[in-house]
Amino acid sequence: MISLLLKRAVHAVIVLWIVATLTFVLLRLAPGGPFDSERKLPPEVIANLEAKYHLDEPILEQYLRYLAGIARGDFGPSYKYLDRGVTEIISDTLPTSALLGALALVFALLVSLPAGLLAAYYRNSAIDRFCMFIAALGISLPNFILGALLIWFVALQLGLLQIGQWSDWRSTILPTITLGAAPAAYLAALLRSSLIEAFNEDFVRTARAKGLKEFVVVMKHALFNSLIPILTVMGPLGAALLTGSFVVEYVFAIPGMGRFFITAVTDRDYPMIMAVTLVYTTLLVGANLLIDLLYSYVDPRIRAE
Amino acid sequence: MTALRSRWKNAMTFSFTASALFVALVVTAAVLAPWIAPYTLGGVAASRLLEAPSWGHWMGTDGLGRDLLTRVLYGARVSITVGLGTALIALMIGTAYGLVAGFKGGNWDHLMMRIVDIFYGLPDMLIFILLSLLLGRNIGGLLMALGLVTWVRFARIARGQVLQAKEFLFVESAAALGASRARILVRHILPNIAGPIIVTLTFSIPAAILAESTLSFIGIGINDPYSAWGTSWGTLAQDGYRAMRTYPHVIAFPALAIFLTILSFNTLGNRLRDLLDPKQRK
Repeated sequence: MISLLLKRAVHAVIVLWIVATLTFVLLRLAPGGPFDSERKLPPEVIANLEAKYHLDEPILEQYLRYLAGIARGDFGPSYKYLDRGVTEIISDTLPTSALLGALALVFALLVSLPAGLLAAYYRNSAIDRFCMFIAALGISLPNFILGALLIWFVALQLGLLQIGQWSDWRSTILPTITLGAAPAAYLAALLRSSLIEAFNEDFVRTARAKGLKEFVVVMKHALFNSLIPILTVMGPLGAALLTGSFVVEYVFAIPGMGRFFITAVTDRDYPMIMAVTLVYTTLLVGANLLIDLLYSYVDPRIRAE
Repeated sequence: MTALRSRWKNAMTFSFTASALFVALVVTAAVLAPWIAPYTLGGVAASRLLEAPSWGHWMGTDGLGRDLLTRVLYGARVSITVGLGTALIALMIGTAYGLVAGFKGGNWDHLMMRIVDIFYGLPDMLIFILLSLLLGRNIGGLLMALGLVTWVRFARIARGQVLQAKEFLFVESAAALGASRARILVRHILPNIAGPIIVTLTFSIPAAILAESTLSFIGIGINDPYSAWGTSWGTLAQDGYRAMRTYPHVIAFPALAIFLTILSFNTLGNRLRDLLDPKQRK
């Protein structure tokens, strides 16, 4: 168990190093720089700016400085925000994004578990078809459209919720639904097919033959065994929530990390772009690590290997 | 029970037919946009800003007085090009890669799939944004970037299929008869693994359309306002989003076009998967 964990951790560090290097190379190769503006700056000013941000050093030195900075958790100065470092901006905005992501995940699970269970248990019934119809729509509805639709209907037509602010719990409702809808639809469909398979398994028949209560059969024997496919998609789903969050943050004007990322891309604020990419990747790699551990908890067969 | 089931089947067939028709409609719009659009692409009528839908302008006009129907028709070109183009690029890179990895086996396979694993674990939207910074924010750059992100799916599927197909008896007998490796791969293995690859192909089209329109909506997608290809539906939706409070029609039509196109392709994909993989049909 420990050796497996160690191996995974080493793998994670390698992935992070590769991503750090790739981002560095990609952004150095990209045409145009952060100091290109409408008005051409005098060459002395450019030279001074480049000296300040160490852009005049040889590329290898820049790369090593960048890696050393990451190791210390220091992503350097932002090109655009002169008064704040990148690390500071991220530690200010990451909690907001993380909260939004967590809320959306909880929402997705709260919706998809009952929906998937009902659909699978009453297979081919009206409930099943209704759930799967909604799920099919939900999977295909881009979150920026859903967000706009919710704002238009709930906030503008019904006048129920204020938009454009991120203050109390009420302002989290619409963004949470927007971000969580597609994962909810996806999980419900997946859980349904995985449960239907489990219902046909021998162990479910055995459980029923033993005279166990139907509730126990469904919740313990069938559901618990259908969780593995759900866990498998948690990694990609985490990625979808992360990247979905910057669309939702844009639509609802939420001061999270994703919105800063979008601005950084338009501004070519390279340290900011690199930092956000690395933070996202770290979160994702960490989540995948956690999922691997959960696997062995849910499925003892994996632990035995 | 049988009556219910046949009704269910009919419903499936209905959604399949409707989806196929809608996809055909979008493709037609993409190909014939210059000929069927009621107005010219850059045509501006300054006196008719933000008009609601009418007989003269079926979808109304936008903030510059441009006919929205014309813009939506032209937008189909962007979406279809991005969707099909990405799928084809990813198909070619990914399938070739997966075939080689699966066929070579051993250390080669291990190394090649490790690379795929690393790509697979990354948030692809992010990589895609970084790549599009490098390759340029036009259709060509976007296609390359999306293709480079999507290929890993094909690589995984193709490799898995090859590993299975290698065990087939007809492959063994072809090898025993002295067929070359390339011949076995192209003549015997490829046709037998086409099913899952076609399904992946169908699903990667709406995924690419979704990615492109999302990026264009948040303003970091295609940035090529004077392109003869027309403007992305995502950009049109963003224009409408700003005026949504008073002029909801400007966002409604592009948004509907995006949603229905993605929905249709997904429905076709589901249906194809059921058809090509009888094990899934239960």
